[in-house]
Amino acid sequence: MSSSNREFIYRRLHSLLGVIPVGGFLIIHLSVNWFATRGVEEYNRAAAFMEALPFRYVLEALFIFLPLIFHAVYGLYIAFQARNNTSNFSYFRNWMFRLQRITGVLVLIFVTWHVWETRVAAAFGAEVNFNMMEEIVANPAALIAYIIGITATTFHFANGLWSFAITWGITVSPKSQRIATFVTMGIFAALTFVGIRSILAFVGV
Amino acid sequence: MTTETANKTIELIIVRQEDPESKSYEEKFSIPYRPNMNVISALMEIRRNPVNKEGQNTTPVAWDASCLEEVCGACSMVINGKPRQSCTALIDKLEQPIRLEPMNTFPVMRDLTVDRSRMFDSLKRVKAWVPIDGTYDLGPGPRMPEAKRQWAYELSKCMSCGVCLQACPNVNDKSDFIGPAAISQVRLFNAHPTGAMHKAERLQTLMDGDGGLSNCGNSQNCVEACPKEIPLTTSIAAMNRATTLQSFKNFFGSDNTA
Ligand code: SF4
Ligand code: FES
Repeated sequence: MSSSNREFIYRRLHSLLGVIPVGGFLIIHLSVNWFATRGVEEYNRAAAFMEALPFRYVLEALFIFLPLIFHAVYGLYIAFQARNNTSNFSYFRNWMFRLQRITGVLVLIFVTWHVWETRVAAAFGAEVNFNMMEEIVANPAALIAYIIGITATTFHFANGLWSFAITWGITVSPKSQRIATFVTMGIFAALTFVGIRSILAFVGV
Repeated sequence: MTTETANKTIELIIVRQEDPESKSYEEKFSIPYRPNMNVISALMEIRRNPVNKEGQNTTPVAWDASCLEEVCGACSMVINGKPRQSCTALIDKLEQPIRLEPMNTFPVMRDLTVDRSRMFDSLKRVKAWVPIDGTYDLGPGPRMPEAKRQWAYELSKCMSCGVCLQACPNVNDKSDFIGPAAISQVRLFNAHPTGAMHKAERLQTLMDGDGGLSNCGNSQNCVEACPKEIPLTTSIAAMNRATTLQSFKNFFGSDNTA
């Protein structure tokens, strides 16, 4: 009987991986970015520390790229299975459902571009440091893309935490789900502040 | 009848369809107003005199109804964008023109009539009953705590109308999600003291195969749409918790299999 519960496992895995490790990595990444607000030296030291972590490629593959790719590919499949109906059912949670799918697609595009410009460039010899980011966001279009990308990412993560809590049966009562909405939107606001404040540091704001 | 009432009309736009295969089209109707009408009596008026707004003769509109008091669910259709029961949809409370559409999440048989078989197939899938048949009298079952009876009673009000499936963005032609109603029935029958003896089996039906419990995307439209105000999203979350525990039991092993 248990051999046919593949979809259940995939869906639960998709939910889990979005938080652990992908969400965890997002928090670490945003924390490292914050060093940019403390100046070039501090940022470069933090970036160098991350780059010098032992077993970096194994860690990156196991805790970032593989879970991220699974979450993204399966997430796309989930997103395109929905027939959005916010026009007839314009409830708050239905909008959040829709936004979760829209931001999911945005984040996938953003992250692909971001990895291309930083990690892939690094693989071809570019150095990942303050200067690299400074040059990227010197282009106003890129800066706007980063701001949109960061906001979509923090929203997708925070709102994803809300549904994670339901998917695993943590928040069952309507009251706990309502409070989880406030908590996760607080997390969204806080992480968005951290993300945008950091990216602005690269344009000297 | 006052002249004012005599000249008043009810404007309707009805999405019609000849048979399951043909394309749907809209037809406008303008029928004489009478006080205290509901959508059903408006449809009966069209049946009595099947003439559309342009004055052409047409076929009477097909629809389904039975109890006429919102307990059978047969008369469900989409009224001004919202799926609901037409027998309790009062004309005076609806914005005109009133738009009637079939609940197209289900196969449309003709006009506003749909085939809700999948509701009953899902109840079979999740074993929404308490099996007690046997060769000898098993005696009385265990008693149910009153507090539990109270919330379980709310879940038992489901009339399989299908409104929650129509409202759900994840129940559609691209996905075979079972929908909220049957999930809530698992919670109901697992709460029943005798039904609980088959708890694990019912939970398994929600985990196995495609379109099970995990296809819920938490849009929470169902709980807004349900005419019986069944706490569907609480049921879904409760079943999420129960299947989480059940899958741990299944994987790591437990004597406590029920
Ligand atoms: S749960 Fe509510 S909306 Fe869904 S089928 Fe039952 S009565 Fe209808
Ligand atoms: S006819 Fe039974 S619910 Fe409307």
